[in-house]
Amino acid sequence: MRLKSLIAATTVVGLSAGMSVAATLDDVKAKGFIQCGVNTGLVGFAAPDADGKWDGFDVDYCRALAAAIFGDPDAVKFTPTTGKTRFTALASGEIDVLARNTTWTFSRDVDLKFTFVGINYYDGQGFMTHESLGINSATELDGATVCIQTGTTTELNLADYFRANGMSYEPVPIETNAEAREQFFAEACDVYTTDRSGLAATRATAEDPNALVVLPEIISKEPLGPLVRHGDDQWADIARWVLNALIIAEEKGITQANAKSMMGSTNDPEVARLLGTEGEYGAMIGLSADWALHAIEARGNYGEIFDRHIGPDTAIALQRGENALYTEGGLLYAPPFR
Amino acid sequence: MRVQEGEKAPPVFRLSMLLNDKRYRSMTIQTVALIGFMLLIAWLISNTLQNLNALGKDVNFSFLNQPSSYDINQRLIEYDSRSSHLRASIVGLLNTLLVAVLGCTLATIVGVVIGVLRLSKNWVVARLMTIYVEVFRNVPVLLWIVFFMAILIGTLPKPRDFRGEDATASMMFGDSVALTNRGIYVPEPLFSNSLGNLSVFGWFGISIDLVLLLLVLFAGIFAARRVRRRAMRVQSETGKLPRTWPLRIALIVVPPLVVLYYLGFHLGYPVLKGFNFSGGVYMRNSLIALWLALSFYTAAFIAEIVRAGISAVSKGQTEAAFSLGIRPGLTMSLVILPQALRIIIPPLISQFLNLTKNSSLAIAVGYMDVTGTLGGITLNQTGRELETILLLMLCYLFISLSVSAVLNWYNGRVKLKER
Repeated sequence: MRLKSLIAATTVVGLSAGMSVAATLDDVKAKGFIQCGVNTGLVGFAAPDADGKWDGFDVDYCRALAAAIFGDPDAVKFTPTTGKTRFTALASGEIDVLARNTTWTFSRDVDLKFTFVGINYYDGQGFMTHESLGINSATELDGATVCIQTGTTTELNLADYFRANGMSYEPVPIETNAEAREQFFAEACDVYTTDRSGLAATRATAEDPNALVVLPEIISKEPLGPLVRHGDDQWADIARWVLNALIIAEEKGITQANAKSMMGSTNDPEVARLLGTEGEYGAMIGLSADWALHAIEARGNYGEIFDRHIGPDTAIALQRGENALYTEGGLLYAPPFR
Repeated sequence: MRVQEGEKAPPVFRLSMLLNDKRYRSMTIQTVALIGFMLLIAWLISNTLQNLNALGKDVNFSFLNQPSSYDINQRLIEYDSRSSHLRASIVGLLNTLLVAVLGCTLATIVGVVIGVLRLSKNWVVARLMTIYVEVFRNVPVLLWIVFFMAILIGTLPKPRDFRGEDATASMMFGDSVALTNRGIYVPEPLFSNSLGNLSVFGWFGISIDLVLLLLVLFAGIFAARRVRRRAMRVQSETGKLPRTWPLRIALIVVPPLVVLYYLGFHLGYPVLKGFNFSGGVYMRNSLIALWLALSFYTAAFIAEIVRAGISAVSKGQTEAAFSLGIRPGLTMSLVILPQALRIIIPPLISQFLNLTKNSSLAIAVGYMDVTGTLGGITLNQTGRELETILLLMLCYLFISLSVSAVLNWYNGRVKLKER
């Protein structure tokens, strides 16, 4: 009798635990905020500001996503993740979306069961070294000690690059950007390698940025973008189209300041569709009609976010380069909103 | 339900007796508890598989044969980025074992010294040792590891400082040892008439020179012990102990020296070349920081164990030994320590196990132990969390059980033989 009820109870628990895959959007709405995985601290991309508020290029994407869903850019809980912990955090449901300078690769997309929703930064791996070493090219790095963040694609590119060029090196694996800085600035390693945007961010926070040089070689393609779990297409669509909306907004000249006024005054049907005055696009994606308006009003369009955190006028001083709109010679190209 | 088959089965057995009869009740409870436990395990396993299935993942170990594609700085066996994940795991495992063996050795030495000194009659020495113990064992070991690393990186000179006319740093011991903020370079033993390597299943090579040296050394020690035993026999027969120590030392020292001479032994000194020193044995910062932190931390616990062990031997034993005219040194080694060891060994085993397991904090300083390779980079690049963590647990279980088996065997030898 008792045994039977034990078996029955166990079965019930087992079944309910097995069916815990639900729609992320419903979960998020029930919680009242989204959980966003970001870098543990990479100035310009994701780092807490002086008031302890998260700020940065990746952070603003999450805020736009939160605004699209809740109309409130602060309805986000940020979870700092390392190169190692990020995928487990996403796969286990600890975070709903990961926006952490993550490179889109085949195996991450297919084997790790994630969906990359787009590319928000076209990057490539580079090397930074101390100017006093007098190095001008990565081909002179034979025998160098190289600091590298473990659990990243850069780790694999590095091994491939040195092998292909017949050079040797001494890898110093490191968990976070902060530790890498400590070792690199103390010259415990000659070279620090990561995505060039990350190098620029690290260089900007050095005591004397001019004592550091970024070598000209780019040894890999690093398309960085936000990603979500496989298996929930609605959630992936929302994440994808929030990113696209920010890019379309820049293309159409919709900014944080003028978004609301454009909503009433525009003659461009695509802008009207995007801002929700025409059509039922909000309902199609499961959000309110003015979701894109909220997303743009949160932190501005793609160009505004870029300029605010990592653009030429900031300490990090990255040029738009490949990350300009396709109309301006870059690679950013959002599908049409119709 | 099983009924006990036995001589004295009761004449009538009713089902209710399983609960009401004292003879069966405990068995019933145990059986139910066992079944419940098995069900729980079965549920955990099926739940895991079900959830993996829902994620579209399976349990598959074939990734171990794929090329790892990453480099490891400290490798005790041949390895490059084209080697398999399995080999990367073994490289990591050997690194774990290396730091565990180094750590246990140093921790024991430091621990015993501190433990004995804490009992010193000298007030200052005893208090200093108390401070050592309290400081080290009351701060988490992770902080010690990071602290030692920060000291090494922050205080030692860069390799660049050794260069040029006005070098700000110089090598020590006649240009043979270089202390840099990347690690310590010491001379390495080289053989000009080396006998090469012995390949073990094509997996890794063992230096024949080293094997030969060890063989000769052990043979020498064995012979010396035979001589010693003969001398003891002579003593018990005639009452006179023949002087054998010069012969015994010669037996141990001379044959290896001869072998070294024939192998053409010389030292390879580290030389600054390009970015780093090359040649010599390179002990990386990460290894040194991890080794010292683990050793000093665990030594604080071992010191307490040693102190407890010695204090537990009754004072009467010392007094009895003194009254027989045995000198203090011999009293310690012949009377006190053998008795103290019986108390020291069992808790010492768990300290060794702690040290080994704590070595998994290695990633904090970028030391590539098995947690860093198999449980770190491999896990991350292949996304096989379940499989790698299971393997990792097996690795640590295997190491811990081996350590404890060896020490239990030793404990069995030193413990009180009761008849």
